[in-house]
Amino acid sequence: MSSPEIERLIQMLSKLPGLGPRSARRAALHLIKRRDSLLDPLASAMAQAAQSVQPCGVCGNLDGTDPCGVCADARRDSSSICVVEDVADLWALERASSYRGVYHVVGGTLSALDGRGPDDLNIGALLGRVEAGEVTEIILATSATVEGQATAHYITDRLEETVVDGEPQFRITRLAHGVPVGGELDYLDDGTLSAALKARRPV
Amino acid sequence: MNWSDEGIVLSTRKHGENAAIVTLMTRAYGRYAGLVRGGSGSRARGIYQTGNLVTADWRARLSEHLGSYTCELLQPHAALLMTERQQLMALLSATALVERLLPEREPHPEVFESLKALITVLEEDVNWPSGYALWEAGFLNDLGYGLDLSQCAATGSREDLVYVSPRTGCAVSASAGEPYKDKLFPLPAFLLGRGEIANTDEILQAFRVTGHFLNVCARDVDGGGIPEARGRFLDRFSRS
Repeated sequence: MSSPEIERLIQMLSKLPGLGPRSARRAALHLIKRRDSLLDPLASAMAQAAQSVQPCGVCGNLDGTDPCGVCADARRDSSSICVVEDVADLWALERASSYRGVYHVVGGTLSALDGRGPDDLNIGALLGRVEAGEVTEIILATSATVEGQATAHYITDRLEETVVDGEPQFRITRLAHGVPVGGELDYLDDGTLSAALKARRPV
Repeated sequence: MNWSDEGIVLSTRKHGENAAIVTLMTRAYGRYAGLVRGGSGSRARGIYQTGNLVTADWRARLSEHLGSYTCELLQPHAALLMTERQQLMALLSATALVERLLPEREPHPEVFESLKALITVLEEDVNWPSGYALWEAGFLNDLGYGLDLSQCAATGSREDLVYVSPRTGCAVSASAGEPYKDKLFPLPAFLLGRGEIANTDEILQAFRVTGHFLNVCARDVDGGGIPEARGRFLDRFSRS
């Protein structure tokens, strides 16, 4: 029915998150009908991104330059490293605009089911940064899941190993777990409530 | 067909964009997997964390199908153990062992009850490491690789049991085991189940014994080894 080029476009689009074959077909048609305003600019943006975007050699962020914009920004506090699982988490923290340190993307969590062990994560580079630099704080911002926290504990162990003798020069912290802003207790799940109660603090 | 039961979440694997394949250890139906629609979405993800106790409804057109689960959270154990470094690793080790070594869809109510009890021990008991070692010994028993620590395999004596044979899993008394002591495992007294408080060395000795037989079981299952999660837990525990 459609030409092989269109079929291939639909096939590639259907592999994107949130798109199935039918929605990919709609998206392909939409793009083709708007060749000048959408298809050509999109193709050019994708080609440009494919050519220039790469993982930052320091933190693992994705950017057009290496080191990335965050690592190269002299206004940021390079003594504070926020460890995240994925670039999407880094972007989420950047959206919040409440952190002015630098990041380290480990690239996932430890997962026995998926066969992802410590060697598959970007932990060695983090240890290298800690050993080399003037790091005063490491914030573990892994997700509040069993796998995310197990990964955080593992990273903590490895970081503690870097302290040969004496007191560590850096502190290790993690994000709080508990009641979200705007959350009503009645609507919270039991796990979040239990974690919030456990992590309560004096006022 | 469909059934309802209590279950402990052993693992959750993302499937597609929002669904998850969840494996539960249920009381009456054993280790059972099922698809949860929306199980890896932000609303339901908290329910399907390893170690949580849930009520589960499993439904499928034919019994041999994967089927789908609808679950409700009963006890959020994962949230309580998440911040405890060693206890979380122990939980992951136990659930990984059950997932790896227990045959699927075979009722093992004793494994469900012992896993449930272990999670409570991890949350509440300061002597949880010995509780975990005893759980592994009990789990081996459920798998058919149990240790026989009731009497000496050589003399029949019930006194002075200080070794375990790596070949048979039977206890050996001090006098009978003396000539072979380099080949035998030391038997920590608390494994005899007489209520002794164990120290770290004894617990590590127990892990050596249970680890050996868990490995034997894993090899018999499919020639593989035991899950990495247990190695990570042991590594962390031995450094504590």
